[in-house]
Amino acid sequence: MSLLRLRDVAVTYRVASGEVPAVRGVSLDLAAGQALGVAGESGSGKSTLAMALLRLLPRDARVTGEILLDGEDVLTMNWGRLRAVRWASASVVFQGAQHALNPVRRIEQQIAEPLLVHGMATPAEARRKVGELLEQVGLPAWRARSYPHELSGGQRQRVMIAMALACSPRLIIADEPTTALDVMIQAQVLALIRSLIAEHDISLIMISHDLSVLASMCDRLAVMYAGRVVESGPSGEVFRDARHPYSLALSAAFPTVGDPASRRAPKGLGGDPPDPMHLPTGCSFHPRCPVALPECAFQEVELWAAGESRTAACVHVRPESVQPAGPGEGLEKQSVPVARPAEESQ
Amino acid sequence: MTERRENAGERGSLLEARDLHVEFASRGRRARAVDGVNLAVGEGEIVALVGESGCGKTTLARTLLGLERPTSGSVLYGGAPLSYSSRALKAYRREVQLVLQDPTGSLNPRHTVYEAVAEGPRIHGMSDERDRVVSALARTGLRPPERFLHSYPHELSGGQRQRVVIAGALALDPRVLVADEPVASLDASVRGEILALLLRLRDELGLSALVVTHDLGLAWNIADRVAVMYLGRIVESGPVEQVLRSPTHPYTQALLSVLPESPSPVVLSGEPPDPTRIPGGCRFHPRCQVLAAGAAARAGVEGRCRSQPLAILPVSPFSADSHAACHYAGARLE
Amino acid sequence: MNITWTRRRTALSRFWRDYRRQRAGLYGAAILIAAVALALLTPLVTDPAGMDVTRATGAKMAAPSLDFPLGTDESGRSVLLMTLWGSRVSLLIGFMSALLSMTIGTVTGIAAGHFRGWTSAVLLRITDWFLVLPSLVLALVLAAILGGGTSTIILAIGVTSWASTARLIRAQTLSVEARPYIERSRALGAGHWHIMTRHVLPNVAPLVLANTTLQVASAIVAESTLAFLGADSGKVSWGGMLRGSYDWGAATSGAWWYVLAPGLCIVAVVMAFTLCGRALEAVLNPRLRGVSR
Ligand SMILES: Nc1ncnc2c1ncn2[C@@H]1O[C@H](COP(=O)(O)OP(=O)(O)OP(=O)(O)O)[C@@H](O)[C@H]1O
Ligand SMILES: Nc1ncnc2c1ncn2[C@@H]1O[C@H](COP(=O)(O)OP(=O)(O)OP(=O)(O)O)[C@@H](O)[C@H]1O
Ligand code: SF4
Ligand code: SF4
Ligand SMILES: [Mg+2]
Ligand SMILES: [Mg+2]
Repeated sequence: MSLLRLRDVAVTYRVASGEVPAVRGVSLDLAAGQALGVAGESGSGKSTLAMALLRLLPRDARVTGEILLDGEDVLTMNWGRLRAVRWASASVVFQGAQHALNPVRRIEQQIAEPLLVHGMATPAEARRKVGELLEQVGLPAWRARSYPHELSGGQRQRVMIAMALACSPRLIIADEPTTALDVMIQAQVLALIRSLIAEHDISLIMISHDLSVLASMCDRLAVMYAGRVVESGPSGEVFRDARHPYSLALSAAFPTVGDPASRRAPKGLGGDPPDPMHLPTGCSFHPRCPVALPECAFQEVELWAAGESRTAACVHVRPESVQPAGPGEGLEKQSVPVARPAEESQ
Repeated sequence: MTERRENAGERGSLLEARDLHVEFASRGRRARAVDGVNLAVGEGEIVALVGESGCGKTTLARTLLGLERPTSGSVLYGGAPLSYSSRALKAYRREVQLVLQDPTGSLNPRHTVYEAVAEGPRIHGMSDERDRVVSALARTGLRPPERFLHSYPHELSGGQRQRVVIAGALALDPRVLVADEPVASLDASVRGEILALLLRLRDELGLSALVVTHDLGLAWNIADRVAVMYLGRIVESGPVEQVLRSPTHPYTQALLSVLPESPSPVVLSGEPPDPTRIPGGCRFHPRCQVLAAGAAARAGVEGRCRSQPLAILPVSPFSADSHAACHYAGARLE
Repeated sequence: MNITWTRRRTALSRFWRDYRRQRAGLYGAAILIAAVALALLTPLVTDPAGMDVTRATGAKMAAPSLDFPLGTDESGRSVLLMTLWGSRVSLLIGFMSALLSMTIGTVTGIAAGHFRGWTSAVLLRITDWFLVLPSLVLALVLAAILGGGTSTIILAIGVTSWASTARLIRAQTLSVEARPYIERSRALGAGHWHIMTRHVLPNVAPLVLANTTLQVASAIVAESTLAFLGADSGKVSWGGMLRGSYDWGAATSGAWWYVLAPGLCIVAVVMAFTLCGRALEAVLNPRLRGVSR
């Protein structure tokens, strides 16, 4: 049975000027011990989705759909049960977490807090546990006495991971754990997360906009655009051979050093990010899509199968049977080169 | 201006740092943020300066702009040392422009896009202000410019803000652009656009650029030459293909090995280096994987790694040679 | 340019919308508008002749009656009339000295925050000096040296009360100066004047506005105190009336109207200015923080 199962999850923020549909119907599955990467550009709803999993969203957010953690629906749980789940089953490493530490309290107090609050340890036990946790994340135990400002960015990020590990969760949700860190420290933190999930058999949901990082960390990838998953599949395949034009643009944005194709040829994506309050009709990617067809402007897209255990929401992967007659005739011929815009443009 | 161009010679360096040192007083100690740097950017050349956080990249960039005074050494523009009188600096900054690390912070929230881009031309009393603003915005891809003129920064996306900042620099028609992490704070999809813009400006206007970053992919994407900085010093420099394909300095090798795609990462352990306590000998030796693995000892340079400081690397623009400040690499060459 | 105009209008209407939520600020504004309107209308609807001691018509220290709704003073003048005319002097001195004090404070504060080295050190020293000096005493001395007159009082209050403003503005200037757009401006070639006027001043302006409003309140109090202590402008003001009532023993002789009229006016106007100032702070400050991040 899968550890986490999302069915048609939608999140809408109510703001003064109306409603912001930040997540618009996401279905995902995560098996125990598996790592899932969620990619997508800024504002595509990644953090919102992550927060929704543990009902950590502000009051003005409305969540619908079904979020099953170990078969229990998080959205209908009572408060007591939810709190137990938050500490025992899943924990979150928040985005920008380095700034989330309380500047005037020692690391020790901050890591031990959940243990003490939930009566899971006596103060003496908690202290020992903090030392162990810090060693697990590669910090000397004496660092427990430090204040956050005495640590570097990478060290603070490790403290956040230690906090997430404190109650031995089975699922860790890491929201951009390495953005804003430099390459070497990023490598340190990623190696740490990788070894922790392998050793303790923890499931991982990792959020980032850097596909190459996710591909190296996760088993499966889901790419989000404008609040929806537009492509999913095994991470290596999605990264190297994306089917959705947006995933393709995302993976091309980070060049492989040494690859002559990307030398002096940076690739980007024109146009503006979508405004969630005024989403385009049809495929919401169509105003920026290099291979859009006329029908994309009004034809609704859904996740179609795109190979073994892969899906993509693009008319170019739509199975033959669903294609409309008439204008779709030339499509098959077209779709071969057209689905690979990066190659075509060279 | 034309005089200078001739003086500097056809393929001479336009902007150059010579034996540059910048120190800060930091909690009673001296932080040697830039500790002996030679760097040259030629006419129409794009040079990438890479290195981990805190190695002194921003300090070097600010010193090149005259925003920080060097403790010793000098900055040369068109072959002549920079003068720090306010009149000379103002003239200098018309030709050499800086794009700061953080586009959101770089724009005054109370100024419209027009005011932000027009700031440079106004300071320098240029007459055709509006035309310059409109054309700079159009060149950076904010089209049609009229749509953006009266917007405030908070109404723009991150990529648009960065383009406004670049347009503000371009409005002065500079000859050199120093860009500090121009894409670090941007979305993956906007990143390529900004980089393509820099390449296009070089091709169309002959702009020279020094791009400061910790992202090796960026160097690979747009730069002609790359300089790798470690703890205040350039430890390896040369043409991008050479340095990034076959790096000789262990630090460069480590940086390349931790890219997500690479097969065998060498993750350097230890604390980030501290410019108030620069190790003796080779400054990289406490973290050097070649030394730790015993390869340096086998090559007979271990003693030198630990005690003999390395010379400051020479540089010249357009140079086809790469250099590395490493005893081991030196010994293998011989 | 049409668009800038529209933007200003929307900014203004947004400001008004936020301000309207501040109940106390609204009451304050209502009282102020009434007070200023009365002060402006006074010369049109009343005869200044009634203010002349020699031509006073009423009995001395008469209790309120139909003829003299607020009673009379020791020379038989109408207290109502005096209060109305006095409001002109009190408000004028309040506004003008607050303006003076804010100008000195803003200029000093911005300069002390912008420049480094000895300029800043000297300015700070002077500010500190004015800060610890008992400003009322200093104002008294100044008024005594310069001789009587409205402008003297304005000068005396303005020159002695700017120090805390300068401190405040300097702190705000420092925080603005630390922002990257200042560095960008410098890299574009900007000089001191450009940075101070184009970047720092607009950013401290809301603070200055809120502070000026509060400053008017304390200037009115200062004026009353000075008048009470004997340094007045030679014209009838609320402070001067209080002084008169004290000199003639109004409080002990049961002439409560003579004390109460100017006293309540001072309290009401000072409170109104304070309410407005606080409301302005509440409305402008979060936005100041919000956009400058
Ligand atoms: N509290 C909120 N109230 C209203 N709208 C919100 C709120 N939080 C987020 N949003 C909006 O919801 C959308 C999704 O935001 P979210 O933070 O999930 O994006 P993200 O994919 O995590 O982006 P990033 O990569 O920048 O972190 C955005 O358009 C954002 O503006
Ligand atoms: N004004 C200053 N006073 C004291 N120390 C400083 C100052 N500016 C920079 N430093 C120190 O100098 C070193 C180099 O800083 P710099 O900002 O140049 O690094 P960087 O390479 O740009 O790093 P990043 O990639 O994080 O931007 C750092 O250790 C920093 O703490
Ligand atoms: S459905 Fe059309 S617009 Fe959307 S991604 Fe596919 S081709 Fe592009
Ligand atoms: S000189 Fe020695 S310690 Fe320094 S980088 Fe080379 S091998 Fe390593
Ligand atoms: Mg996020
Ligand atoms: Mg920097």
